[in-house]
Amino acid sequence: MKNWLAQHGRVLLFTVHRFLATPVSSLLNILVIGIALSLPGGLYVLLQNIQGMAEQVAGTPQISVFLSMDASHDDIARINKQLKQHEAVGRVEFVPRDRALEQLKRTTGLADVIGGLTQNPLPDAFIVYPKKSDVQVLEVLRDELQKWPKLEHVQLDSDWVRKLEALLKFGRLAVLILAILLSFALVAVTFNTIRLQILTLRNEIEVSKLIGATNSFIRRPFLYFGLLQGLLGGVAAWLIIMMGIFLLNSSLAGLAQLYSSNFALHTLPAGDSLTLLCFSAWLGWLGAWLSMAQHLRQIEPR
Amino acid sequence: MISFNQVCKRYPGGYEALKSVTFDIAEGEMVFLTGHSGAGKSTLLNLIAAIERPNTGSVVVKGQNVASLKGGALPYLRRNLGLVFQDHKLLFDRSVFDNVMLPLQICGFDHRESAKRVRAALDKVGLLQREKANPIALSGGEQQRLCIARAIVNRPSILLADEPTGNLDMAYAADIMEIFKSFHQVGVTLLIATHDEGTLHRFGAHVLTLKHGELQPTSTGSGQA
Ligand SMILES: Nc1ncnc2c1ncn2[C@@H]1O[C@H](COP(=O)(O)OP(=O)(O)OP(=O)(O)O)[C@@H](O)[C@H]1O
Ligand SMILES: [Mg+2]
Repeated sequence: MKNWLAQHGRVLLFTVHRFLATPVSSLLNILVIGIALSLPGGLYVLLQNIQGMAEQVAGTPQISVFLSMDASHDDIARINKQLKQHEAVGRVEFVPRDRALEQLKRTTGLADVIGGLTQNPLPDAFIVYPKKSDVQVLEVLRDELQKWPKLEHVQLDSDWVRKLEALLKFGRLAVLILAILLSFALVAVTFNTIRLQILTLRNEIEVSKLIGATNSFIRRPFLYFGLLQGLLGGVAAWLIIMMGIFLLNSSLAGLAQLYSSNFALHTLPAGDSLTLLCFSAWLGWLGAWLSMAQHLRQIEPR
Repeated sequence: MISFNQVCKRYPGGYEALKSVTFDIAEGEMVFLTGHSGAGKSTLLNLIAAIERPNTGSVVVKGQNVASLKGGALPYLRRNLGLVFQDHKLLFDRSVFDNVMLPLQICGFDHRESAKRVRAALDKVGLLQREKANPIALSGGEQQRLCIARAIVNRPSILLADEPTGNLDMAYAADIMEIFKSFHQVGVTLLIATHDEGTLHRFGAHVLTLKHGELQPTSTGSGQA
């Protein structure tokens, strides 16, 4: 076992040497892999951030219930009672039409326009805070309320969050497609690197086979090479993403100040970083493996 | 240990390098293979190491029919063989020492034990002083001796040598033959292809003579003891 470890260690060391022997092409390969992976990776981070923001802004969802203009005091009391008794409802707030108008005057600066009105066009309303913020539960509640008499309109205030969510879902799909396409490109990059190596090391492979090397022995340093190149490419991608976020954040800082909020983009969390590195290393390994499968058979000693 | 039964080898292109060759080599025997250039000596050795496959007939090495051996089993056959190639097949991207190390690395030997063995093998062929050199800096004869060191470092039970003394002067050729003889004495089976008539007569071992791919009937015992 110790011997086995020592052998693999030596192969790894040998691979690192081989890697350093061609510093320029190694570096270029790492850069290509890094840039290609940082594209979907960076977009993913942005999407995650947007989703986080949306959740923050949306806060606890609420349902606005607007009553008909002809609703009487009794109706209001009845609806208030019914709402409070409903099992899905947590808290209910009544907004009389006069107060709604006051609020509109104050917040929108339309005081002149509103002042010209002869009667209040706004209905009485309830703001319902449900117990659970589950979208499905909210929709069921909304549909149920819609059927009650003397209610004009029921509006789910998190509608826009849902629309954004659908958009994000679409964005995530686009990132996934991009990632898959670029993954193919990365496998191709490693495939080609290993192909060139096999060609230059053809002699060594041939002699090793003559002396009794198994295919797995011959494959090992090449697979390690692919793995190492992929891993370093992943590290490059990670650095690019982190740097991009850092730059965006420093320019966002000025913007955030204008809105007097301390808004900043989150970086890649540890779990996702690890996934990125593993995936990229795996891609390199796969490219090397495919290349070996393709080219090793062609080298038979004579 | 090695037995050929009606082996024919036709190269792509139609040339028949071996025609119905049949012979047996017992365990521990030392046999010389001789014949004119192009007679098929290298071809015969290549068939034993499964570097080439026969068209018809069987090649049995250590009880295994090499002719029908699967690719995955080849490495393990070759680890039992020490191969001295006519064209040496050395690697010029590493030192003399590392060239001899390669077979031991392939078998996964312990590193320190391997280093000892490598030095012993290099010492045997008189190249210990050159262990750090690149093989490209060696003379033809030195390269040949390096190839021999690489073939014996693994202590194979069968040694196949293709013109191992082709580039050597008399003194070194005699030294190499002494090495082979010492292997013979510890029970290694040897098959040595050579032009060197002198050696043949001096050793008086079993001789196989090829002529245009055919084994000559008078092939045994030029001076067999
Ligand atoms: N790979 C090959 N393809 C086609 N013909 C070949 C091949 N290898 C050898 N031959 C032919 O087979 C014949 C025997 O070749 P081989 O190398 O076995 O001869 P040899 O006895 O070893 O000769 P030498 O003493 O010159 O090494 C030769 O005529 C050669 O031209
Ligand atoms: Mg030959």
